Amino acid sequence: MENYLLPVVIGIVFGFLARTLLLRTDFRQYPTYPTGRIIHLSFGFIAAFIGAVAIPAVLESDWTAVTFLGLAATQFREVRKMERDSLENIDTFELVKRGAPFIEGMAQAFESRNYLVMFTALVTTLCAVFFFWLGIIGGIVMLVVVKFNMSGKVLNAIANVTEADIRFEGPTLFVGDILIKNVGLADTRKIITEKAVGAIVTPKNQNSIVTLSYLGQRQAMLHHVATVLGSYLDSGEPALVPLTKRNMADGRITLFFLPRDKDFHQIKAVLDKVPILDSAIRMPEEADKGK
Amino acid sequence: MENQHAEIVAVITMKPEAITGGGAPVFIVKDQKELQKISMTLEKIMDASAHEIDTDTLIIVAR
Repeated sequence: MENYLLPVVIGIVFGFLARTLLLRTDFRQYPTYPTGRIIHLSFGFIAAFIGAVAIPAVLESDWTAVTFLGLAATQFREVRKMERDSLENIDTFELVKRGAPFIEGMAQAFESRNYLVMFTALVTTLCAVFFFWLGIIGGIVMLVVVKFNMSGKVLNAIANVTEADIRFEGPTLFVGDILIKNVGLADTRKIITEKAVGAIVTPKNQNSIVTLSYLGQRQAMLHHVATVLGSYLDSGEPALVPLTKRNMADGRITLFFLPRDKDFHQIKAVLDKVPILDSAIRMPEEADKGK
Repeated sequence: MENQHAEIVAVITMKPEAITGGGAPVFIVKDQKELQKISMTLEKIMDASAHEIDTDTLIIVAR
């Protein structure tokens, strides 16, 4: 087993590097705290280890070890459950909720990242078993693939975001031409006129109309804006809760929210980068409808 | 966003003769100023939102 030590170590190193690359703690994202990071890095390490020892086990015809690897891999399904549970618990105390579909998407991402780490470690070790430098090259190629192929689509790929004016017709609030809701108090109407921002998200094609109609996707947009730009909101203020409404005729989505910062340039930049949820993607254009 | 259940918890009106029965208490007020004031108080107390039916009547809706 002496001669496998180096390949396995390279595999683990590159696998771990892959996990570190994929562990982005940005403005909106969990995990933010050191404890959360440790959990994911150690999971990544274990995944890298499992991936790295797979090839030597096969080469040695150690089939028991190979079967155990399969067993270990199923444990990573638990990661998804763990993520989902903790994010759901956090979400109940959020002013603007992430929504279950967003959480599900994040949980999926966490699970799939561990598999990617395993795969990186496996490929690296496989290359390194043949030739040391080939292992390094293979590892670097895998890191690039992992980094660039795992970023999903964002909103500006499927829709255009434009600003719309906020106005009242009597007690009825409109954003652009789309009705939002009825506001009874003159005081609240004043706050809304002063602080609210309206945005209209116009889908680019038939597919994106259906994708954007999904409530989870719309909640994700609101959550995104609220986390990045803040919100003028508190619990027990249902009149100021941000809303999305859909123009049922043409599928445009209107967003109504009260950010702390009313600069639409920033709002557009933030909205453009809202991730498209896996669960929201629909492609009716590609289905056979007998046309 | 999920299952929305709305309920009228109070009615504030200048025209009580236009309203009848129901489970919600009706607050009768004299003028617009009082209408807005009572509605505001109730809205804050109930953590609910006030909606305008017409210029004489507001309702407090809890979700």
